[in-house]
Amino acid sequence: MKSEPYTSARYLPFGDHALLIEFADKISLEVNSKVIALNEALLKAEIQGVEEFVPTYRSLLIRYNPLKASYEQLVFHIKDIEKTLKESTIEVEIRKITIPVVYGGEYGPDLTYVAKFHGLSEEQVVKLHSKREYRVYMIGFVAGFPYLGEVPDEVATPRLETPRLKVLAGSVGIAEKQTGIYPCEAPGGWRIIGRTPLKLFNPLQQPPALLKPGDNVKFKPISEKEFKTIEETALKGVYSPFSEA
Amino acid sequence: MKVFHVLKPGLFTTVQDLGRYGYLKYGIPISGSMDTFSLVAANVLVANNSNDACLEITLFGPELQALTRTQIAITGGNISPKINGQNVPTWQTLEVQEGDVITFGKVENGCRAYLSIRGGINTPLVLGSRATYVRGGFGGINGRQLKTGDIIEGFDTSPLKVEYSMPEDLVPQFTGQFKVHVILGPQADMLTEGGINTFFSSPYKVTLEADRMGYRLEGAIIEHKAKADIISDALLPGAIQVPKNGKPIIIMRDAQTTGGYPKIAVTIIPDVSLLGQAKPNDIIEFSKITMSQAREKLFEYNKLLNNLSRMLLKK
Repeated sequence: MKSEPYTSARYLPFGDHALLIEFADKISLEVNSKVIALNEALLKAEIQGVEEFVPTYRSLLIRYNPLKASYEQLVFHIKDIEKTLKESTIEVEIRKITIPVVYGGEYGPDLTYVAKFHGLSEEQVVKLHSKREYRVYMIGFVAGFPYLGEVPDEVATPRLETPRLKVLAGSVGIAEKQTGIYPCEAPGGWRIIGRTPLKLFNPLQQPPALLKPGDNVKFKPISEKEFKTIEETALKGVYSPFSEA
Repeated sequence: MKVFHVLKPGLFTTVQDLGRYGYLKYGIPISGSMDTFSLVAANVLVANNSNDACLEITLFGPELQALTRTQIAITGGNISPKINGQNVPTWQTLEVQEGDVITFGKVENGCRAYLSIRGGINTPLVLGSRATYVRGGFGGINGRQLKTGDIIEGFDTSPLKVEYSMPEDLVPQFTGQFKVHVILGPQADMLTEGGINTFFSSPYKVTLEADRMGYRLEGAIIEHKAKADIISDALLPGAIQVPKNGKPIIIMRDAQTTGGYPKIAVTIIPDVSLLGQAKPNDIIEFSKITMSQAREKLFEYNKLLNNLSRMLLKK
């Protein structure tokens, strides 16, 4: 059995107005679920002085107002809440989102490469990529960019040696075991295998991003024709990628 | 209400307020004023709210023509402001008449000047803030820096009957030498003891790679114990990353919200504001303080910001 670098969460100061809770030193669904569960529990607890939470792969950043709460008080309070999580499983409502994607061709210029790299057909890559549910581990890089994990080993592919100067908005890419979606046009080195007509980020909407850390995402292969239909209905605001609860 | 016609945009001039808070989990940085003290000062000198939007001007100033009579104040780094070619003082209320032209000259000190307009700059609120986030393309004027031909809009710009100035002892001196207080961690344990000593005992120089996203520093190499990357986690302005080359990077207002390098330390809030005036070739020295010392400094800093309007001198 492989032992963990540390078993209980580490509470670390992050300057004069934030604290960082690290749960482990690895990427896994189990570790991230701890991050999400504590985030949910703390949101409900409405702790005085706490201003913002930033969940990432294996840690939770808490930004607070040091004039309303001290680091020591917060650590004490949060450890108490963390303890209750260890003793009972709490129900965290996980949103399920289906992202329609046209794979390959001009929509996914690297699909051919990914297939060749693994000695698979393009159809097999699409099937492998779209059969799994992915966790939104965190959002970063650019506003609204979800880091999703993890893709099956059979399609995990290294980044481009030279990043593209321009990746189109909606592009779905693979970088090693991660998969992600470009919310806006940006430079990038991920292998682009498809594109979604959904808009992942709009600063004029509340919330501004379609996805948040802790969501579960599944990709659904669609045709070019469906892409155009969804693009239009999404523009009118009548398309919903969320599954009924 | 049209207040200024932009005749020349300057090197990098943006609309900024105190920032956009609460959206880090969506990958949206805080943005807002790099030197918050100077933004607040510019605002209170024209009796604005602290959070009103101002122009943040970087090194080479813009050329602005007034389209109405109003009051302004210019604070922050001194880049020799002029009205109709005449030098004007900084850190005090200035009256401008319709047709007046504001220009800037030589950088005397600091890196960024703040120009407030009586009543504040009017751009659409995006997620609760007018701060420009150029990389994301939103906030301020169409999510970008000023360009020639832009019109700066205001609210009620009519001048007040009073004019103010900052007491001299409250005007910060930007000498190009910065002594910055930090709290060790969260990932200082990835660096050797020697590496941490190096960080606190060596002066670091700001390189040319210094902008609203962050500053790359040049200086003594900080040694890692073993690996130099972490599983990406959250960042905040003031965080100091040490990548593989051992040279620190200070995260500033427009940086990505996540990063994969260990953070040796995080700068305290008042000193992040101070760092907003650092420019290439300036020298930064870091010193470690405790959480309770930091809290005292923050308490004083907040008290100063909150009371600034009452501490001004009437001209």
